[in-house]
Order: sequence, then C-alpha cells, then structure tokens
Amino acid sequence: MEYSKGKLISLVALRLVIGWHFFYEGMVKVLNPAWTAKAYLLDSGGFAKPFFEWIAFNPSLLAVSDFVNAWALTLVGFFLLLGWWVRPAAIAGMLLLGMYYLSHPPFPGIEYLFPIDGNYFIIDKTMVELVALGVMLSFPTAHIIGLERLFKKTKPSLQ
Amino acid sequence: MDQEKDKNKPGEFNRRDILKGLAAIPAFGLIGYGLFKEIGELKASRINLLGQDDSIIPKGAPLVLQGETIRLGIVGCGGRSRYLLKALGFLHPERIDEYAGWARTNKYWKEYMEEFFAQDNLNVRITAICDVFDKNARLGVEIGANLYRNGRGGAMDTIPKRYQTYQELCASPEVDAVIIGTPDHLHVPVALEAARNGKHVYCEKPLSWTVEETFEVRQVVKDSGIVFQLGHQGRQTDSYQVARSLINRDVIGKISLIEVCTNRNDPNGAWVYDIDPEASPDTIDWKQFIGPAPWHEFSLERFFRWRCWWDYSTGLSGDLFTHEYDALNQILDLGIPHSAMASGGIYFYKDGRTVPDILNMAFEYPDRDFTLLYSATLASEKKRGKVIMGHDAYMELDETLLIMADPKSTRYAEQIEKGIIEPHKPLFSYVPGQDRVDAITSPTEKYFAERGLLYTFRDGKTYDTSHLHLREWLNCIRKGDGSQPSCDIDQSFEEAMTAHMGTISYHEGRRVYWDAASEKIV
Repeated sequence: MEYSKGKLISLVALRLVIGWHFFYEGMVKVLNPAWTAKAYLLDSGGFAKPFFEWIAFNPSLLAVSDFVNAWALTLVGFFLLLGWWVRPAAIAGMLLLGMYYLSHPPFPGIEYLFPIDGNYFIIDKTMVELVALGVMLSFPTAHIIGLERLFKKTKPSLQ
Repeated sequence: MDQEKDKNKPGEFNRRDILKGLAAIPAFGLIGYGLFKEIGELKASRINLLGQDDSIIPKGAPLVLQGETIRLGIVGCGGRSRYLLKALGFLHPERIDEYAGWARTNKYWKEYMEEFFAQDNLNVRITAICDVFDKNARLGVEIGANLYRNGRGGAMDTIPKRYQTYQELCASPEVDAVIIGTPDHLHVPVALEAARNGKHVYCEKPLSWTVEETFEVRQVVKDSGIVFQLGHQGRQTDSYQVARSLINRDVIGKISLIEVCTNRNDPNGAWVYDIDPEASPDTIDWKQFIGPAPWHEFSLERFFRWRCWWDYSTGLSGDLFTHEYDALNQILDLGIPHSAMASGGIYFYKDGRTVPDILNMAFEYPDRDFTLLYSATLASEKKRGKVIMGHDAYMELDETLLIMADPKSTRYAEQIEKGIIEPHKPLFSYVPGQDRVDAITSPTEKYFAERGLLYTFRDGKTYDTSHLHLREWLNCIRKGDGSQPSCDIDQSFEEAMTAHMGTISYHEGRRVYWDAASEKIV
C-alpha cells in the first residue's frame, strides 16, 4: 500500500499513540502487584453486568482476568509501538476495548460510581480507540516505519 | 514518495531502514521514565507506611466447631430476634417462598437468598420460644421448625415448644442456651434467670436498663461460668479489626478527639414502628411485658414503640450510642470514661415520647488525653461519619476505612512536602473484599470506599456479621474450656456503664464522673 508523506505520518502517529496508551496502562498494572480490576468490574453496567460481576466475585477467575488484562495491554502496546505483529496486536486490542466497552456501555439510564471524564451517548473514547485500531488493520504502516521493515522486507509493498 | 526511495534488496539494511525500523525505541525511554516515577511513588509510600505487611487483614471466617447440636431458646421473638434466627439459618417457610418469588425479578433478593442458602450450618436447633405477643410466638415456632431451609410444604424439624414465661423457658432441660431479644428493661431479668439455670446467653444490646442491675448481672454471669455474648455484631466487622491494627501501628498519630454520630430521619429510625392489627389485650401478656417497669395501662403504642419511653428503653444512649461505643472500645480499648456530660431534648418527635430525639454527649478520657463526642439526631440524615482524629491523620470508619493525612502532620511532613502523600487524598483505604490495605488509593477504590458500597467479605465470601457473632458465641460454648467471645460480660459492663453515665447526665443536667476505685457513678 502506498501513502503520501502526510498520510504516512498520520497513520504512524495514530499507531504510536495507541501503542503508547496500551503499553503504559499495561505496565502500570504489571508493576503494581496489588492492582486488581475487581472494583471496576463490580461497577459495570448494562446487559453484560452479570458476566463481569461473576468474574469479580470468583477469586480464581479474577486472578486470571487481572493477569491476562495487564499483560495483554502491555504486549498489545509493545507491538504497536515497535511495529511488529501489528495485525494480531490490533485484533487483541480491539477485543480488550470491546470488553471495556461492554462492561461500561455509555447508554442513557446507566449510572456508574467511577467518574466519567466527559459526556457520552452510545459512543465513548473506548469506542473511538476501538475503531481507530480497525483503521490500523486496514492501513498497515509497520513495514515502512517499524520493526517489520527489518524483519520482512517484502518487495511488493515497497514499490 | 518515501517508500520509493528504498532501493536496497531484501535482507540488506541501510541506515534508513534501521532508523525507520527502530523509530519507536525512544518512546520506550520516555514511557519508562513515566513508569519509574509512578511506581516509585507507590512503592515509597507502601514501604514507608506499612511495608509489604498485609497481615492486618482478617483472613477467612472462623470454622464452625464440630460437636453436639446446641439447643436454643429464644426469649422475645420480634423483628430483631427473627433477624438473628435468619443469621442462624432459620427463615419462615412463607418468607422463603415470598423472597424466592421476588428473587426471580429482583437482584437484591436474589443475592439475599443466595447468601442465606450459602450460609454455613451452625448445627443448632430451636427448641423453645417465648414471647408475650401470641403472633410473635407463633411466628417464632414456625421459623424455629424450619431447620432445612424449606418453603411451605417442605420437610420441617420438630416444632419448638412455646413457653408462657421466660422463667419456664430458662428452667427447661430442652434448652442449652438462650438468645435474648426482648425490650431493654427485660434484658437483665432474663439473663439472670438463664445464667442461674446454667444456660449460655446471647443478649441483644444494651446489656442493661439500670445501673444497679448491671453489677448484678456481671456477678451472676461470672459466678455461673456460662458463655456470654452481647449482640454487638460490629465486633465481626473487618474494617474495625483493621482499624485496631493500624492504630496500634501509630499510623494516625496521637489521638485527641473522636467523633461518632447517629443520623436518622424517618419514623422507623425514630422507633415509630407499625402497630400490628392482631395485637390486643387478649393476644398480649401485658403484665409480663411490664415486668420491672412502672405499671401503666395497656397501650399498643407503648408495646410496639417501647423504645420511645424510659420505662422500657435506654434511649439514644443505650440503643444507638452503644453501637458506636462498642466499635471504638474494640478498636481503642476505651473502657469506662472518667466523666460524661450530656444535653439534648425532644425537638422533633413530639409524639408523647419521653426519650430525647436529639442527644449530644461528651465523654472525657484524661488518662488517654482524648474526648469522645457523640451527637445524635433522629430528624436529619446528613451523613456525619465515625472519625478518629489524630495529629498525623484522621481515620473515617464505616464498613470501609479511610485514612486521610493531616496537612500539618509532623510524621508525614517530609512525604507531604515531596508530594508522595497528598493530604486531600486517602493515605489508606480498606475496602472489605479487596483483601489488602492500599496506600495511595486509585480513584475507583476511593469512590467505592466513600460511598460505603460493598459488603463484609472473608476470602471472597459474603458474611452476615450477626451470623459470625453468633458463630463465635457457639464456638466458645462448644470449646467448653471457659473461653469467652469478643463481647463478653466485662466488655458489656463497660458498654452499659458508659451509656448509663450519659443518660444520668442528661436526666440530672450535670457532669457525672466514674469513680473507678469504688466502681460508682458520682
């Protein structure tokens, strides 16, 4: 795929900021052994609330969920930043964001204890980031700016 | 085009490839710096203030000791005793059907029923019931038979026997232990009768109605060697146990003032309970209800709303302050204060009651250099917490626990200056169920903590504190080695005397003192 310089800069910037966000969120959780999503899960709303509460109330499930969440965030961010395995990372990132969205859907009539930094109706920042990761899937850049350029220098894409 | 400038072959990297391939590496440096700062702050505060020691968190519920089935007699079978019966695993079959119906559409009732059925079996049977109101006695009998937690038509255990008087119940060989859920003025007469018959006693709070009987019941309980527990189930609340550990570690510094409150604003909270249409002189043994109280003509109001009259009640001091006092006695080993000063009045519920609906009491502890302040209203729900104020921080208690550093703290001055501790943010929070104490709280936890959400948890399981309190009492009975539960007769004596000092001060309009040497209120 060919991009103009402007397009390439925008797309790479988008990939890097999303990667940065994921990586930092993940690392803070990984480095803090006391971190748990329990309170967040208990505060969930909407039709999937019972599912998230079920996780929160089940100590072994919660431990697995905390571990997977922290490391998945970290790795997704790591690969997006580096520009390597961006496709699987973006898909995993979309799955994570999908879960966050389902646990706290910004639908009218649902109230959360956790403060929300804005006003949302159906669409919130989680959804925006999820769609942006979809853009990453359709417009890859890692083969131009990123480790993929070094690992698989496939000629056709460099024409 | 950027892409077209790339002319080298696959597998060969030029300088541009390297630059573009590793373009994001500097980002890791910056992120690493951010992480280092954030985690560093978190760790510093943990190590400085608590270390990695989470041993202060109560772990798990005590086991149910195995042994003989304990046969219980219930004296006074109104609302509170029926709650205790539920905590023992006994619900009326009709309520089980009713709640199960609600549980199908209502989450609260679903959880309520799940918790009830998951509650550990305490291996007790209800063999005796006594209540002066026929309806309460009948309900008690029907609940007591429901050993298997069934709905209507389900299998029932042997039906408990109804006794007309508590004296007969206490003398019954079918009873090992007695639960007292009568009005305040009958607590001691029933407890004395039970103890003299060698029956173990679980008595609802407060311990006593008069000062004199408080001495007597302490003596008789001790002489009899029975296991005695006063019904302050707050003894089982996790956050109070954590609070005790934290204060022992001097986390909040020198304590000078403790403030506790009652904030209620509805008729039920002001003891204006419904009058049952089944109640009449024919269905109530009025003479037995009066007991040691001054004689009064039959009155449905007095029978159902007995808390509003000194004739049967201990007022705000005995009824509600004792909850606060016992929590603090558990945390700080308060003991009986040096002096008490009270004032208040009947300012809102001018319904013929004799006990005040506004009460303010100050208890002095000169040996400990602090004052305990109690302020109660039955006409406003403005939330005023339970706060222990230290020079370095204050502790706010609920089911949850929050510690906020004082901006002028000596102990935390350095950390405050460095920005490690922010005085307006919680220094610690403890939310039951999180199984840990947090230094520097995340916004989520803070919100949960401030709103008092969540329940009493032990190892991920929800527990009713009354259930744990009864369990502790039953375990001591089964041990049979003379061990007493947490709210034993000595703790109860302190609770009752403190409350009486406040009440006497209110009545006499003067400061009263505790003469510790001769054990007298003067």
